[in-house]
Amino acid sequence: MTDQLRGKSAIVGTGHAGFGEAHGLTSFDVMAQSALAALGDAGLKLSDVDGLFCTMMEDSMPALMAAEYLGIQPRFIDGTMLGGSSFVNYLTSATMTLDAGLCDVALIVYGSTQRTASGKLVTASRPPAYEAPYNPRYPISAYAMAAARHMHEYGTTREQLADVAVAARAWAQHNPEAFERGPLTREDVLGARMVGDPLTVRDCCLVTDGGGAIVLVRADRARDFPKPPVYVLGSAAQSAHRQISQMKDFTVTAARESGKRAFAAAGVSPGDIQAVELYDAFTINTILFLEDLGFCAKGEGGAFVEGGRIAPNGVLPVNTNGGGLSCVHPGMYGIFTVIEAARQIRGDAPGIQLNDIDVALAHGNGGVLSSQVTAILGSQATL
Amino acid sequence: MPNTTGPDQIFQRALAEQEVLLPKCDDCGAFHFFPRVLCPHCHGTAISWQRASGKGRVHTTTVVRRKPERGGDYNVCMVELEEGVRFMSRVEGIAPGDVVIDMAVTAFVGETEDTPIVLFRPAEV
Ligand SMILES: [Zn+2]
Repeated sequence: MTDQLRGKSAIVGTGHAGFGEAHGLTSFDVMAQSALAALGDAGLKLSDVDGLFCTMMEDSMPALMAAEYLGIQPRFIDGTMLGGSSFVNYLTSATMTLDAGLCDVALIVYGSTQRTASGKLVTASRPPAYEAPYNPRYPISAYAMAAARHMHEYGTTREQLADVAVAARAWAQHNPEAFERGPLTREDVLGARMVGDPLTVRDCCLVTDGGGAIVLVRADRARDFPKPPVYVLGSAAQSAHRQISQMKDFTVTAARESGKRAFAAAGVSPGDIQAVELYDAFTINTILFLEDLGFCAKGEGGAFVEGGRIAPNGVLPVNTNGGGLSCVHPGMYGIFTVIEAARQIRGDAPGIQLNDIDVALAHGNGGVLSSQVTAILGSQATL
Repeated sequence: MPNTTGPDQIFQRALAEQEVLLPKCDDCGAFHFFPRVLCPHCHGTAISWQRASGKGRVHTTTVVRRKPERGGDYNVCMVELEEGVRFMSRVEGIAPGDVVIDMAVTAFVGETEDTPIVLFRPAEV
């Protein structure tokens, strides 16, 4: 997105469904419940939706399946599949589409029942041919190797990784919507079952059910809805690779580029961001993205997160809902970074509501650090 | 095989003969991996094959934890060859947790489920 699109679209509804365990429901059921919740939030009906932005872990044509299930015939569909970053990426295409008049009501939606369906990460993708014979565990082996390299180059410690999980849990403990709200200490994380060195099971995101949805309209009518509008000030994507074996530098992600362009489009800098919502599939992600988005220098992410600095009452509020580590992680978490950022700005966050939030950042990660998408959202005051 | 001219087929056929071949771009001179019909660096399409030196270093590594009854823990790592390309692989002959970054390793052709694959062992000093 360029600065020509700054503030041209606004989020007027958010919704979710099936957090935790959605017994008896399918992924598409949870997707539809999320859509209804977001449209209800916006005071709109499914029949108002003429732009659909959706992908799912099931079906080779998931956006068409979703439209069919919802009983709508959208005139514009974007089903681009970049993994978990897809839903942040749809903010760009939805804004472009709304601005061009190709649709009037854009619905971004996702749902999954991966927890109750199988308890494992559902994926339609096949293991890459030149990786499969070595049986990497998808996706943790990829993130474990990124963490190992970061520790080697910068002296990042397992304690610092653990502190990311501890901070996420501290936020989640205040969020009634979060799945894991029990106490969690650094020792708990370090002493948990090792699954892919140096990451224990507590360095890994949850496996839950859940769906999320976002409704966007053109900015010129954004004030005609029940909730305060949240404007898309800037969004940008950058792809790096698909397979972890093709990652050029295991300590640097494409968030450097996506962040730089999102900040430029929004006309803000990291120092202006009041709430940071990052896709924390693993504890190393939070460290990498804080560095690559410019909240600290490369290699300083470990020290940046240490000892509660990103926890409640810390230096920078990061993953204020508890993140994928403690709130919800139904296969792909990206949409929830946008929902939490928007709710912090609107003032109706489910957990700790920060004071007077005007600018928040949502960052999506897709694949194995493959696709990075950054969005910056703002209140009416930022226009 | 009726047609063994594709990049993947050339690589696999050599592997079956215990040989690791690397694609090298005639235009820019850089190696790449995985094999493909163009050079990912300069996008040239003139690709030659060169026998790999087999010398490399562990770039990063992990231990996949697995229950003993399912075969136990094993190593997964990225090895950077002298030629500048990286392979996902594993280092054999030592405990998976003893594989460390920057360790010098040597390639050999091993087998998994009757298919030849590139593996590594610690380099002899
Ligand atoms: Zn070339």
